Amino acid sequence: MNKHVIPQAEEPPEQNNQQNNQLENIRDFEIQDYLRLDLFPHFMCPGCGHGIALRALLWAIHDQGIDKNNLAIISGIGCSGRVGTYIDANTYHTTHGRPLAFATGLKMARPDLHVVVITGDGDCLAIGGNHLIHAARRNLDITCIMLNNEIYGMTGGQVSPTTPHDRFTTTTPAGNIEPVFDASRLAEAAGAGFVGREVTIHVPRLRDLISEGLDYKGFSFIEVMSDCTEINGRKNDLGSSSEMVLGQTRTMRPSEYDNNVVDHPFRPNSMNTGVFVKSNRPEYGASYRDMVDDIQEKQKGHSV
Amino acid sequence: MTGQTSQNTLDSQDTINIQGNHACALGAVAAGCRFYAGYPITPSSEVAERLAKELPKVGGVFIQMEDEIASIAATLGASMGGVKSMTATSGPGFSLKQENLGYGMGAQIPCVVVNVMRGGPSTGMPTRPSQGDLMQARWGTHGDHPVIALTPGSVEEIYTQTARAFALSEQLRIPVLVLFDESLGHLVETIALPDVAEYENTVRKWASGKPEDYKPYRPDADGVAPMARPGDGYRVHTTGLTVSESGFPTQKSIEVDRAMKRLFNKMEINKDLIESFEDVDCEDAEVVIVALGIVGRAARMAVRELRAEGHKVGLFRPITLWPFPTQTFRKLTKKAKSFVVAEMNSGQMILEIGAAKQGKQTVCGLNRYDGDPISPSQIINAVKEVLDHE
Ligand SMILES: Cc1ncc(C[n+]2csc(CCOP(=O)(O)OP(=O)(O)O)c2C)c(N)n1
Ligand code: SF4
Ligand SMILES: [Mg+2]
Repeated sequence: MNKHVIPQAEEPPEQNNQQNNQLENIRDFEIQDYLRLDLFPHFMCPGCGHGIALRALLWAIHDQGIDKNNLAIISGIGCSGRVGTYIDANTYHTTHGRPLAFATGLKMARPDLHVVVITGDGDCLAIGGNHLIHAARRNLDITCIMLNNEIYGMTGGQVSPTTPHDRFTTTTPAGNIEPVFDASRLAEAAGAGFVGREVTIHVPRLRDLISEGLDYKGFSFIEVMSDCTEINGRKNDLGSSSEMVLGQTRTMRPSEYDNNVVDHPFRPNSMNTGVFVKSNRPEYGASYRDMVDDIQEKQKGHSV
Repeated sequence: MTGQTSQNTLDSQDTINIQGNHACALGAVAAGCRFYAGYPITPSSEVAERLAKELPKVGGVFIQMEDEIASIAATLGASMGGVKSMTATSGPGFSLKQENLGYGMGAQIPCVVVNVMRGGPSTGMPTRPSQGDLMQARWGTHGDHPVIALTPGSVEEIYTQTARAFALSEQLRIPVLVLFDESLGHLVETIALPDVAEYENTVRKWASGKPEDYKPYRPDADGVAPMARPGDGYRVHTTGLTVSESGFPTQKSIEVDRAMKRLFNKMEINKDLIESFEDVDCEDAEVVIVALGIVGRAARMAVRELRAEGHKVGLFRPITLWPFPTQTFRKLTKKAKSFVVAEMNSGQMILEIGAAKQGKQTVCGLNRYDGDPISPSQIINAVKEVLDHE
């Protein structure tokens, strides 16, 4: 299965202008401004993709000019869930699978806050799957970042709803025989107003995708393909962390390459990256407040 | 919040015919509840239905979530935003809420959780009354934890105790449970809505002072730490993990011990505030009936009749079931030779009475779990049987 062969990364087309802007921008982003440095050293294993995703998220928050006093980070349980703790904002580490439900309450009660959910593939698709589809259906203004490492990292490497076929995990000792969820398509089908997927090897792209999601008024679902180097990587001989991250270019492809790529070894679905959905569905919070205004208006008429 | 107003939906002077579940909804709004999340379930659905109507009128949020777990999670989320919040449920829904209830207790997040009790186990009897969840209310969520559970015994008391639940919850940073059974939830009574302005005016302590000096779990003298709202500049961390005063996780035994003591100390310090009960002729009573909720009403009638016949009988009715008012119970029942614990379950509160009694009194259970309430005559018979043995 050529597990150790690292193919050439495909060059993304005409990115030079964009890259220049990124260099401009990188200068005024200081990650320390957004971190609780007194909690360091952090818990993540060397090379863990979650840390790369954290950087991209903070950079996007910076680019969006979001005041961290008005930023609420809500996470579930898992390695993904613990990432939020390091952010110098209003952070809520909730219960396994439920961050979207907590976020729904907080955002409805406090529409003035920027509400960002950080969740994992197990947190969001297994135990929390019901909350995902309903959050997507309502289209409340929440940005949901799902760190998809295709494994239950925190509990030591059990199979997850996105673990590819044949992968070894501690609970699939003979290889995984369950089919996987395509999380982005699930979110799209459930009605998410904004859906996109990106890999951690392309940090500026990931930052821009998250930034667009933060800017979007409605439910934005962002799937980040993130490497669990220590547990998933070792168990499946996927190479060192740098080999794993480079390997992303083999199994993932930007959507612009759609019709021009051979099939890949692990995933039954074609895994694209990029923005998949950006719709102008009504945002739930705004609809709710309009309804309240109507009711209060009618009530006034009543009491006169 | 969308355009908050403090305007109430009903004038407190009005006398109205109202169902227990609706009284619960109105008591919540009167106490300042501005967020409700729930999932339909008999026999509590009318609480949600009434709030779906009332909350938008006062600029509050009503949301029907995808299940009971999401409902309590959203309720806690809204409360973390600084808004008085509530969810209501019954039977299976109460089971589903347990994990997040523990989150609220551990992370010290105010909210009110109403359980309109129905027959169980499992789906049981959705439209029949029961008091089968008394111990689940005490120990339903995992781990050691403090709990406050109020058990009103009339429609009017549902109104006031729901309002009071908000005040206790805000003041002590703890989820407060309100338990009543199906028969009270669906009972219609004519009541004058009592004034609950005192409860409406009770809000949690908010953090003040420099953010760098603020510790989200450093208690004041009352055992309760002020809370910080997102947006106020404190940028606090909230987690279900065991935390030090700073709000960040710890596993140091000394810190863990402190964290647990914080949870229990606030209950001990504020015991008098939390405690509530009704005492009917306990002082000289040789037989004391212990009953709560709808059974308390039957017991009151039983006491009246037995007294008329010359028997020294009294009633102790906890309104705050948890923490059980043990010291007060002991003081009030000094003369008692026996207790008759009447409850609509197979024997739950009786365990607490066994632990609370101080002398060698006998404790007899009168239990009914066939979906009908305990009648006054059943209680009278049970008391007479006890008297015969003395
Ligand atoms: C109700 C409940 N069930 C199980 C767990 C144990 N648990 C903790 S993290 C986790 C899996 C996390 O996997 P994922 O969401 O993919 O996050 P990752 O660690 O991979 O980032 C599980 C099952 C829990 N904390 N709570
Ligand atoms: S176990 Fe995996 S997901 Fe968790 S920190 Fe380590 S590498 Fe990252
Ligand atoms: Mg995972």
